[in-house]
Amino acid sequence: MQSPVEIIPHSSGVVGVSWLMIVLPLLGAAILLLSGRRTDRWGHFLGVAMVLASFVVAVASFVELLGLPEDQRRMGVALYQFIPGMADMGLLIDPLSISFALLITGVGSLIHIYSIGYMSHDPDRRRFFAYLNLFVAAMLLLVLADNYVALFIGWEGVGLASYLLIGFWQHKPSAAAAAKKAFIVNRVGDFGLLIAIFTIWTTFGSVAFAKVFPLAGEASNGTMTAVGLLLLLGACGKSAQLPLQSWLLDAMEGPTPVSALIHAATMVTAGVYLIVRSGAFFEVAPTAQLVVTIVGVATLLAGAIIGSAKDDIKKGLAGSTMSQIGYMMLAAGIGPAGYAFAIAHLITHGFFKANLFLGAGSVMHGMNDEVDMRRYGGLFPVMRITAITFIIGYLAIIGFPLLSGYFTKDGIIETAMEHNQILGWLAVLGAGLTGFYMSRMVFMTFFGKKRWADDAHPHESPAVMTVPLILLSIGSIFLGAFLILGNRFMKFLAPAVGLPEELPVFHFGSTAGLATLALVAVGAVFAWFRYGAADVPEVAPRGSFLTTFARRDLYGDALNETLLMRPGQWLTRFAVFFDNRGVDGLVNGLAATIGGTSGRLRRIQTGYVRSYALSILFGAAVVVGALLYVGNM
Amino acid sequence: MTTHYLVLSALLFAIGAVGVLVRRNAIVVFMCVELMLNACNLAFVTFARQHGNLDGQIIAFFVMVVAAAEVVIGLAIIVMIFRTRRSASVDDANLLKY
Repeated sequence: MQSPVEIIPHSSGVVGVSWLMIVLPLLGAAILLLSGRRTDRWGHFLGVAMVLASFVVAVASFVELLGLPEDQRRMGVALYQFIPGMADMGLLIDPLSISFALLITGVGSLIHIYSIGYMSHDPDRRRFFAYLNLFVAAMLLLVLADNYVALFIGWEGVGLASYLLIGFWQHKPSAAAAAKKAFIVNRVGDFGLLIAIFTIWTTFGSVAFAKVFPLAGEASNGTMTAVGLLLLLGACGKSAQLPLQSWLLDAMEGPTPVSALIHAATMVTAGVYLIVRSGAFFEVAPTAQLVVTIVGVATLLAGAIIGSAKDDIKKGLAGSTMSQIGYMMLAAGIGPAGYAFAIAHLITHGFFKANLFLGAGSVMHGMNDEVDMRRYGGLFPVMRITAITFIIGYLAIIGFPLLSGYFTKDGIIETAMEHNQILGWLAVLGAGLTGFYMSRMVFMTFFGKKRWADDAHPHESPAVMTVPLILLSIGSIFLGAFLILGNRFMKFLAPAVGLPEELPVFHFGSTAGLATLALVAVGAVFAWFRYGAADVPEVAPRGSFLTTFARRDLYGDALNETLLMRPGQWLTRFAVFFDNRGVDGLVNGLAATIGGTSGRLRRIQTGYVRSYALSILFGAAVVVGALLYVGNM
Repeated sequence: MTTHYLVLSALLFAIGAVGVLVRRNAIVVFMCVELMLNACNLAFVTFARQHGNLDGQIIAFFVMVVAAAEVVIGLAIIVMIFRTRRSASVDDANLLKY
């Protein structure tokens, strides 16, 4: 087994100025947010230009990285010394981070361009681009940071951008609620990540990747397991894995390009990045690794089941995103043998899922923002480019042979199969479900009878939207084969995450692969009979228990409400009651007693001189009496 | 002999005290206060004579001087009240209360 190479300080060339990647979009966001309405007319072009510039820097850094010998391909770019030797800020340019940077800026640029068309009628388009730029900057900081604290800043930054963009149409109460939900659920995960960072700091006395990873083996197994599980909690929040999955489906309230960029291609994969980046910790904590794989498998099945029952095209895709990230988690939990597949699937998924989401957005754009697939049908002839690119994305995600998803997902399944038979077969089952729900989506949207609303006049979207679709679909076709065949990506990533002892060889006819294909075919054929050949009712039928179960997100929200929300409400109600009756009662009661007593006491002050004289006489008599009594003793 | 003086002093004091308590006319109340003061003076002088020193006499003079000053101020106040309120009754001046 080959370990990751050491991080070498580096300050020259393009890599030396790689901070431009983060600063440019951040600058774009600042200009767009601060300049107000003045930039309304050209603000979106500035946003696109900044991301494209960032992409150019990323590509240049990538090329420079490729030019170096393998054992020098991890470069630490020191930026700022906060407390010398303890808290330094820097960037880490290695194959893992540069892969992410390319994905974020590349797919991000395409989605920015697409948004020009998609948001053209929105009066707040400038603000939208500002948030998108902010997101890109934060996400790049997350993946390029060379220490956990900077990673956490990026982590929170993408959370903020996600919140702002989910609630972009804040005039809709549902969008505002969804944004809040995403923020709060993410907070649970962030709590885990924070505690993990604290633990790393107290254990190793540093948070820099370069310092802590080589020491991972020296810490106790318990500590490393705890760190692993806490990191996993953070990853679950950001990547919508069980049990923190509930926010992702609601997050679809945001504009579709947001769903594509943040809630499919990039941000939600940050959890996978975190686990792969922290691989050194997980490799010495097998229990934590096992939990990661279990979470991954549970989520990949849950997401697929949810996706199978949704009539809202975006929510269907959101279920699918959960499911695909479940695959990545599964691979990431396996260890060095799975890392490359996890990241490769992440990258191809970034392409085909962005492709699918933008395709869905294009369909919605032509259908007056209708999202109910039961109101689609027969759209293929009217929007051919959208339909064809969507179908390419569809074939990629179900793992149609030789397309992107085929190679990366099959890689994950094969690796899982070698690691643990049960996990492997569950992953195969998930692939079959993918075949069903994605086919259902395609058949309901583009084929069958027209079930359009009366005022719908579907049309093909403008070129500014279709060209990104075409580019993404090209990635969806070829990227998988390019990355996986000959273990090209695994060898490329080796300096960052290490290599397994045995390099896997891609078989075109392995048992697991054939079983996957067969199950996918069964799922697709089943979907064809239910939703392609048969008429789809415009109102969803009640369905079986299982359908209801899936439609209600496996009762995830109900569970959260029962377990967390209701007891919380009881607690607040009790606290309010205790405060009103207990604390306030005590204080108010005391005040009332004193007030009442003094009210009665002051009646003595009658204002009659003679009564005062009587009291003085009485008092004097008492004093004299007392003196006499004391004198006689 | 001393007892007779003291009984007289106590009687005068009691009459003065009852007068202060029961009479409403401020002037009469005032006179009763003077009566009480002089009852005390009598007691002081009696004790001075019994003990054969001048302490009691000196205090009696003191009391007279203070009483004279008090009468000046007290009568001035009563006259002012009578001018503004057309009444010398102590019960009518009852605004300073709860």
